[in-house]
Formats: sequence, C-alpha cells, structure tokens
Amino acid sequence: MDIKLEVQNIKKIFNGRKIFSDINFQLENKSALAITGRNGSGKSTLVKILAGVLSPTNGQVDFYLNGKSIDLQNRYQYFGFVAPYLQMYDEFTAMENLELFARIRNIEVDKDYIDLLLKRVNLYERKDSYVREYSSGMKQRLKYAFALLHKPPLLILDEPRSNLDAEGISVVYQIIQEQKQSGCVVVATNDSEDIQFCNQEIDLNQFRNIAK
Amino acid sequence: MVFKIILGIGLTLVIIAGIALPMVSNPSSFFELPVVPGLEDKARIIFFHVPTAWVCVIAFITSLIYGIQYLRTKEILYDIKSVTAAGLGFLFCILATVTGAIWSKFTWGAFWNWDPRQTSIFVLLLIYGAYFALRSSIEVEEKRASLSAVYSIIAGLTVPFFIFIIPRIVSSLHPDPIINPQGKIHMNPTMLVIFLSSLTGFTAVYYWMFNLRVRFSKLLYQQQMKEQE
Amino acid sequence: MNKIFNINSALTIFIKDFRSELRTRYALNALIMFVITTLAIILFAVANETPSIEISAGILWIVIFFSAMSGMARTFVSEEERGTVMTLHLIAKPSTVFFGKLLFNLILLFLMNIFTVVLYLILIPSFIIKSYDIFLLTIFLGTIGLSAASTIIAAIIAKSNTKGTLYPVLSFPILLPLLMIVIKSTKSALEGIEIAKAMGDFQVMIAYFVVITAVSYLLFDYVWKD
Ligand SMILES: Nc1ncnc2c1ncn2[C@@H]1O[C@H](COP(=O)(O)OP(=O)(O)O)[C@@H](O)[C@H]1O
Ligand SMILES: [Mg+2]
Repeated sequence: MDIKLEVQNIKKIFNGRKIFSDINFQLENKSALAITGRNGSGKSTLVKILAGVLSPTNGQVDFYLNGKSIDLQNRYQYFGFVAPYLQMYDEFTAMENLELFARIRNIEVDKDYIDLLLKRVNLYERKDSYVREYSSGMKQRLKYAFALLHKPPLLILDEPRSNLDAEGISVVYQIIQEQKQSGCVVVATNDSEDIQFCNQEIDLNQFRNIAK
Repeated sequence: MVFKIILGIGLTLVIIAGIALPMVSNPSSFFELPVVPGLEDKARIIFFHVPTAWVCVIAFITSLIYGIQYLRTKEILYDIKSVTAAGLGFLFCILATVTGAIWSKFTWGAFWNWDPRQTSIFVLLLIYGAYFALRSSIEVEEKRASLSAVYSIIAGLTVPFFIFIIPRIVSSLHPDPIINPQGKIHMNPTMLVIFLSSLTGFTAVYYWMFNLRVRFSKLLYQQQMKEQE
Repeated sequence: MNKIFNINSALTIFIKDFRSELRTRYALNALIMFVITTLAIILFAVANETPSIEISAGILWIVIFFSAMSGMARTFVSEEERGTVMTLHLIAKPSTVFFGKLLFNLILLFLMNIFTVVLYLILIPSFIIKSYDIFLLTIFLGTIGLSAASTIIAAIIAKSNTKGTLYPVLSFPILLPLLMIVIKSTKSALEGIEIAKAMGDFQVMIAYFVVITAVSYLLFDYVWKD
C-alpha cells in the first residue's frame, strides 16, 4: 500500500486565539514524523486535525491511498490513533470493546488476530475484565490494540508512552518500528527518546518544518 | 450622515401621518384615510405593528443566511453578523408581540388569543430565546458559532410547517379587511404610501442598527485578538 | 444506502448502546418512573372529573414530550461525558453514528410510548379511542418525528454546558408543529373520524420526519466534529 498525507496551510483558532498557522508538510510511505513543542503549543490539536476528528479553521489535509484521494469521511478506515485522552467503553470488557470496534468498523471479527494483539500488549490474561477495572497503564495498552485492529497504514500517536512501564514502552517502540516498515507513523511528543525513529520533525514552537 | 437625516425626517413624517391623519368614510383628499369597518382608529396599528413583525422575519432570515455562510467558510465575521441580526430580530420580535398584544386587548378583549399569527410570532420568540440560551452555554467561540448556525437552520425549516398546520387547527382573528390571504389590499393610496414608507423606514432602521452593531462587534473582536498577541 | 451511512455499523452502534443501557440501566429505569409519576400526578389533578377530548389528547402528548425530554439526550450526552466521542469518530462515519443513535432513540421512544399509552388507556377511563387506525398511525408517525428531532437536538446540547435544562428549551420550538398536529390527530381518533379525513395530517407528519431527518443528516457533521 502506497500512502501519502499532504498538509496545506493548516491554521487553528480556539476562542479567537491562534494556536498555529501556515503548517505545511508531506508525509510519504515508510516514514515517521515527530511533532514536538512545549505544553500547550498545539501538538494534540494538530494531531486531531490530521486524524480528522477536529476541523481546522483554514487549510486542508489530503490523504492518498495508492494515488487515490480518500475523502474525509472515509479516512477512519486507514488511520490508527492512540492518545491519553482517548477513552474505551468502561462498561465492557477489553475483548467486548475490541469486538464491538471491529463490528462498527464493519470489518471481519478475527478472534485470532484480536488474541494476538492482546497478547502483544500483554493484556491477554485480563481480556475479560471490565475496562473500568483497568489501571491507566492497562488502558493505554488496550488503546494500542484498538489502533492496530484494522491494520491501518497510518498510525498517529499522541504521547505514545504516557502511563506505560518500561516493558510497555519497549512494545510501543517495536510497534512504531514495524509500522514504519509498512506505512507511516506520526508521533506527537516531548520526549527526545520517542523521536529517535523519526526522519521528519515539526517543531510547533517555531511553526517550522525541519527536515532531518 | 445624509442617510441618517433622511431616515430621521422620513420616519417622523410617517409617524405623524400614521397617527394624525383623519379617518373618514369617504376619503376624497390625499390626506384622508378610509375608515376600516369594525376597527376605526385601531386600524392605525398597521403602520407600526406590521413593520416590526416584518423586520423580525427579515432579521431571522438574515441571521440564517449568515449562519450558513459561517458553516461554509468558518469566518468568525459571519457569526458576528448572524448573531447581530438575531439580536435585532429578537428586539423587534418583542416589539411586535407587545404592540400586537396591547392592540389585541382593545380589539378582541384579551392580550393573547392563540391566533395563528400570534402563534407564529410566539414561536419565533421561543426560537430566538432558545438560540441565545444555546449560545450562552457554549464556551468555545467556533463551536458556539457552528452549533447556533445549525440550530437556526433546523428551526428555520420547521417554521414553514406552521403555514400548513395552523390553518388545519384554528382560524385567524387577524383583520382581513386590510390584509387578507387573497393578497388584496383594501387601502387607499395615502394609506398605502404611509404603510409602505413605514415598512421601508423600519427596514432602513434595522439595516442601520445592524451595520452599527456589526462594526462595534468587529472592533471589539479585533481588540480582543490584539490583546492576545 | 452504504454511501449515505453503513447499515451494519449503525446497527452495531445501536446494539452497543442497547447493551450498555442494559448494563447501566441509566435511562430505562428513570424513564419508566418518570412516566408513572407524571401519570400519577395527572390522576390526582383530574380526580373524579372527566377531562374533555381536547384535554385528554393534549395531556397524553405532554406526558410523551416530557418523558422524551428526560430520556432521549442520553445517547449523545453519555458519549460526551465519558469522552468516547473521539473513539466513535475514529471508527465510523458521522452519518453512521447519527443513524445508529436515531435508531436507538426510535426504539426507546417506541417502547416508552407503548408503555405510556397502555397505562393511559387503563388509568383514564374517559380516554376512549374510536378510530384505532388513526390512533396507531398517529402514535407511529408522532414517535418517529419526535425521535428524529430530539436526536439532532440531543447531539447539539451534548456539546453545551447546561445539557439538561437546555434540552426542552431547544426542542420545544422545533417540536411544536409536530405536537400540534399529533394532538389534533389524536383528537380525531377520539372523535371517531374516518381515516380518509385524517390523511392530510399524516402527510404533514411524514413530511416533518423526512425534512428533519434529511437536514440532520446534512448538518450532523458540523455538530459532531469539534
Ligand atoms: N477545547 C478547547 N478549547 C479551547 N482551547 C483549547 C481547547 N483545546 C485546546 N485548546 C488550547 O489549544 C492549545 C493547544 O493545546 P494542545 O493541542 O492540547 O497542546 P499540546 O498537546 O501541545 O500540549 C492550548 O493553549 C489550549 O489551551
Ligand atoms: Mg497534548
């Protein structure tokens, strides 16, 4: 699969306050982009705009799959997203959550694959516990299973290691590296360690696009 | 400036003419108005009440159109225009309701009769009220703008239903001798001129107030933007 | 149809809400109690009087309106409160979410209205239906119209600060034309009018449902997305 993400003149205003403007960049296959900047510089805002869950005030984000433009409404099929503010359904178990998500996505419910994902993030033993009984680190792990469920060509990670222990972080780094082999990754972070896999960086402190 | 002077003089003349010109049964000269059977002097309300109701509707439509423009462009200026129009519409809506109710007390004996046109203005009042209640409970400006635009579109689309529904339920008490469903106007030329001038004058006042307030809000907004820089 | 929204996905969203409701019983219990309490108050107020046809038809729809207002915002408000709006964004088209929620509200309101009408028929002896065909059609068309309008308004108020109080305030002007026509039609059912004479009313109700659903579909994106 050949993908391309093209960002043109993105600007976002919140309550009459400009968070950023004139953001331009392109992301092509087999690359990883780091979005950096201090707290409140708009990393999460930009990442949400890329994922299509927030609309920019100006500008546009285009997404191409094998050269074909995918409209905004259908992009969810190709994006995976992990963020601390993302929530799973508390009243369901991890397994039920993932099954529901697969059905809502209208993709085949592949139990073996779901098991595999849960084993990978080390939640398999607790797959039938309610999510409300999970610790925040466990919830974060579950979100990775959620993001990889549909094998997305583009993975967007906001603060990828929040709440995770050392073992969790190494799993995440593995995921990032694998994703880079098959598609693209966007990582919004403050951590210099998270950036090591990235070949492109946008520093929101300067609204600049620095190619490494 | 010239516009304001002409408007001021014009509306003064309309008000004087509307109140002072005598009503006679067979108007012969240009300064006499015809007697409306059953209403007599009470018919003079048409010069003031109908224009307020008219402006109320115009403002509603203006607000709706700017709301749609906002959704299309995300330019906050359109939201400023939309909410300004709605504010004026609300004001004129209250004026129309109050003048109507007072008149209704003297003509039909009660302030409120649920006559179809009273019902429609009441619904418009409710919509305006709901619109401002919604706006005041959303903090993020951009979200407030798009949600209130969506609400006014939905509300605007339900209003035409009253046109089909109300006649099925009740019949109107509103005076037919002057304005009726057939579109016939029983006014002598003088009355028509005053009525139309008043309509034009009120619309011009609305237009003037609208521009003034938009300018004011724009300046306020720009200043707020500057302070944040 | 799949171009507009995905039916399977919308059904799954409905099933998710339904299962979630069965586990938490948030709306259902409250709704049932709401209907019972309201009817009890009406019975006390009416005492031994026989309300006229106009009044009993009106009261029925007042009960339905306020019960709807107490229960139908839940689908959207709960997603907003739990912060799962973004999750839904990431797994389905906005229109799919809307139709899933609409379906949930439709079924919820149907169940509630059947319950309300049965109780009403038992408790208010003067409420005698002469034209069952008109009555059933009115309940059916009234329910779908009411769900359509209250679903999009629920999506709007879910984004505001004063969710609960704002809901009836925003809904009432939108629902008023529908309420006027269903009350009239219920009266016709009590008077025993032939169904042929009520066709005009039904057309208005159908048009109302179609217009509200279409405009909700077109505008939902702006509401759903931050
Ligand atoms: N819903 C919102 N309403 C108003 N302002 C917001 C909202 N979300 C974010 N912001 C503002 O946008 C800026 C960027 O926020 P965010 O993208 O979360 O920053 P980061 O992720 O880089 O820490 C902050 O100044 C924040 O105050
Ligand atoms: Mg952040």
